[in-house]
Amino acid sequence: MNAPVILDRRRLLKGSGALVVSFSLSSAFAQDQTTQAPPPAPKLPGSLEKSPYLDSWIRIDADGSITAFTGKAELGQGFKTAFQQIAAEQLDVPFASLKVITADTKLTANEGYTAGSHSLQDSGTAILNAAAQARQLLIAEAAKRLELPAENLRTENGAVIAPDGRKLSYGELVATEMLHVQAQPTSKLKDPTTFKVMGQPVPRVDIPAKVTGGVAYVQDLRLPGMVHARVLRPPSYGAELMECDTAAVEKLPDVVKVVRDGNFLAVVAKKEFQAVKALSALSAAAKWKETAQLPKQDDLLAVLTTKLPSEDFVILQRGNASATGQKTIEATYTRPYQSHGSIGPSCAVAQFIDGAMTVWTHTQGVYPDRAAIAEMLHMPPQSVRLIHTEGSGCYGHNGADDAAADAALIARALPGAPVRVQWTREQEHGWEPYGPAMATKLKASIGDDGKIVDWSFAVWSNTHSMRPGGAGSLLAAQHMEKPFAVPPAKPLPLPEGGGDRNAIPIYTFPNAHVTHHFLPDMPIRISAMRGLGAYHNVFSIESFMDELAALAGTDPVEFRLKHLDDPRGRDVVEKAAQEFGWHTGQQAPAGRGYGFAFARYKNLAAYCAIASEVEVNRETGRARLVRAVAAVDSGQVVNPDGLTNQIEGAIVQSTSWTLYERVTFDERRITSIDWQTYPILRFDAVPEKIDVHIINRPGQPFLGSGETGQGPAAASLANGIANATGKRLRDLPLTRKRIKDAIDA
Amino acid sequence: MMTLKVNGQDHQIDAEPDTPLLYVLRDDLKLNAAKFGCGLGQCGSCTVIVDGKAVLSCVTPMVLLEGKQVTTLEGLGTVSAPSPIQRAFMEEQAAQCGYCIAGMMMRAQALLQRNPKPTDEQIRAELAPHLCRCGTHMRILRAVHRASHLMDTAALSPADKRSAP
Repeated sequence: MNAPVILDRRRLLKGSGALVVSFSLSSAFAQDQTTQAPPPAPKLPGSLEKSPYLDSWIRIDADGSITAFTGKAELGQGFKTAFQQIAAEQLDVPFASLKVITADTKLTANEGYTAGSHSLQDSGTAILNAAAQARQLLIAEAAKRLELPAENLRTENGAVIAPDGRKLSYGELVATEMLHVQAQPTSKLKDPTTFKVMGQPVPRVDIPAKVTGGVAYVQDLRLPGMVHARVLRPPSYGAELMECDTAAVEKLPDVVKVVRDGNFLAVVAKKEFQAVKALSALSAAAKWKETAQLPKQDDLLAVLTTKLPSEDFVILQRGNASATGQKTIEATYTRPYQSHGSIGPSCAVAQFIDGAMTVWTHTQGVYPDRAAIAEMLHMPPQSVRLIHTEGSGCYGHNGADDAAADAALIARALPGAPVRVQWTREQEHGWEPYGPAMATKLKASIGDDGKIVDWSFAVWSNTHSMRPGGAGSLLAAQHMEKPFAVPPAKPLPLPEGGGDRNAIPIYTFPNAHVTHHFLPDMPIRISAMRGLGAYHNVFSIESFMDELAALAGTDPVEFRLKHLDDPRGRDVVEKAAQEFGWHTGQQAPAGRGYGFAFARYKNLAAYCAIASEVEVNRETGRARLVRAVAAVDSGQVVNPDGLTNQIEGAIVQSTSWTLYERVTFDERRITSIDWQTYPILRFDAVPEKIDVHIINRPGQPFLGSGETGQGPAAASLANGIANATGKRLRDLPLTRKRIKDAIDA
Repeated sequence: MMTLKVNGQDHQIDAEPDTPLLYVLRDDLKLNAAKFGCGLGQCGSCTVIVDGKAVLSCVTPMVLLEGKQVTTLEGLGTVSAPSPIQRAFMEEQAAQCGYCIAGMMMRAQALLQRNPKPTDEQIRAELAPHLCRCGTHMRILRAVHRASHLMDTAALSPADKRSAP
């Protein structure tokens, strides 16, 4: 490990200059963090630490059927398939012979949120070890029955087999309480060289239904007697409902009810399109008082760095901060608010029967969202069940939890009836909690040896998680007559961090200073978006590394390697460069440029390096990613095609964020409320080729790779644009106009 | 009441004439494939084939559909008997969340019915109205090429004949 020395997180109290150690995070944020108080040794692997019983993860029935359980939610990353591979491998059963049940507060362990590229690390590791230990228990039982030493027995195809050919199936061996035992800290894992299922590109279990019109999403649930609801959201943050003639709307055809609770307003109809029409009528009838004061769209740098109050944390202090080299440069980078932009607006179904609430939701965290909904409804959590049901991809905290709360609140007003709430496109775009705007200021010097002598990095950011938490995180609860207050924001602790995620450089610099300016006030609703602060911090660091490489007169790849000690990091950098055909002194064709970037996500998850070829039209300023070559090390690979799919997607999505995306607003309202006002990448901008090269690390821990590509893809693209144009763009998004203006300047 | 032909079958539909086709498919006929994405004709998730052409069902009112033939993804094939385009998307693993995929497949199907050997450029141009947020575009392009190849090498399935114009 080459983890940099990290100082205690310190809070510089404003005005007093006193330094105090501050660790005051509520457990509500537990899933976006990992730095809890050190548990007593020995620690159990992955999520077994919190849910240690083997039968929380693996169940074998007397008929031989096997089920693996995960508290994580399939969001389209494909890990349900990966978990099935892991369990099948370690149990020695065919892949198709078992099934996986995902997040459900009645059935699965509490694994908090499905976030931070933790699914394989937490849940995958738990299933890996639980399955391996279950297999050993089955072998031990067989040894007893066959009166043979356990080491003489082998497993195959769901049975324990003796050298003389006698065979006992798992179903015959399993006893009621056999797997209801606590896991051991270490497991007898199978030798990776013998793997038959893990490491294979097994086709995803969810794709057949998705390409044939099967029931695949919460949007597809049709419960008997189900009614359709639409919520009327206020026109702006904090708007108050002054009047609304709900009686007139209730007289519309097929309308079942208008539900009003303070500023929360919803209409329920028997058929879906009647609900759509009734929503229009309700919208026309509602009179709001708007008071929101949003910051100036074009003044974000000043808003972040000077106007919003900040709590400052020095998160890295290494060497002599005032040391300087011969040549010094500084630069400021900014990122706007950006939208998750799920293609399917959020949806949920809820049913309230005999005092019990059931919610089918695409939340990322059934347990924390259950707690929030129970609090909102003043119900005991045990009376509320949340069942994860897939939705459209979310890429972080989108409208899922809010839609679940909407459905629950409406369902309570209509006991017995399943209520399906479908958000509109405008609601998803206008009310989802965005990825926060950020600013970074960097300064560094190059010494005589052409290496970086000192490094200074400062980042300004809101928190990157306003997930529930309590009821106050839910829009419905905020809008009720007796509202729940939005909980105060808290910074997410290192080493994973939030706004400061990846703010500490992975490179070795003799002198380095990193400050996190945490901004508690949130003028725009924000929360977790894929990569959190890492997207902007890696964009900043890796852009600045290129600026420094140019200052030193060194090739950007060579320059990175000069400062990179981590051998696995060096491997991915070298692999991406080699596969791209990168070489010192290379010259891109006219109008094109080459870019490179690297990061290890959170400095503790997957490694990813990306080389890009970018085309820039000098007349229009239009930039296009032509091809990208990525190298990734995510530890032991479970499903190489799934990993490749994640990295390909990360590159395309990050390209879209980086070239086009910015939430817009005026002094009162969000104005980017559909795909016209919030354009994203379309097929005309899709690259010609993306190659992903995986460096597999058999037997090594899973590192988690869902978010590792976001930052490197952005910086690689920006560096390619700089290489093509000779101009450095530092404000996201790198729009056609900004590029054109830079070329013309 | 009006008659709507969907996937080769006549259905009696009781809906207001301004009801978009999408709601009839999902709500009345309980079909899952066409998805609500925006209701504004901006994303392509709701795409189905009407008389051989790709149509955005979220902005196509029932009044325009009298006597027309509608084909949805369900009409092309099943998990056990997939049509070439369904097979191609499975074989290329061309989905992440998959929410946009049904719409993509229907427009690609319409393209392949009138142009069985499209170029990469033609496929990109055809799919321009469609958004994918997971970034699965490279696989989608590969899957459409593969579907073209599969249609070429295999006899058309009955489902394909049914949806042909």
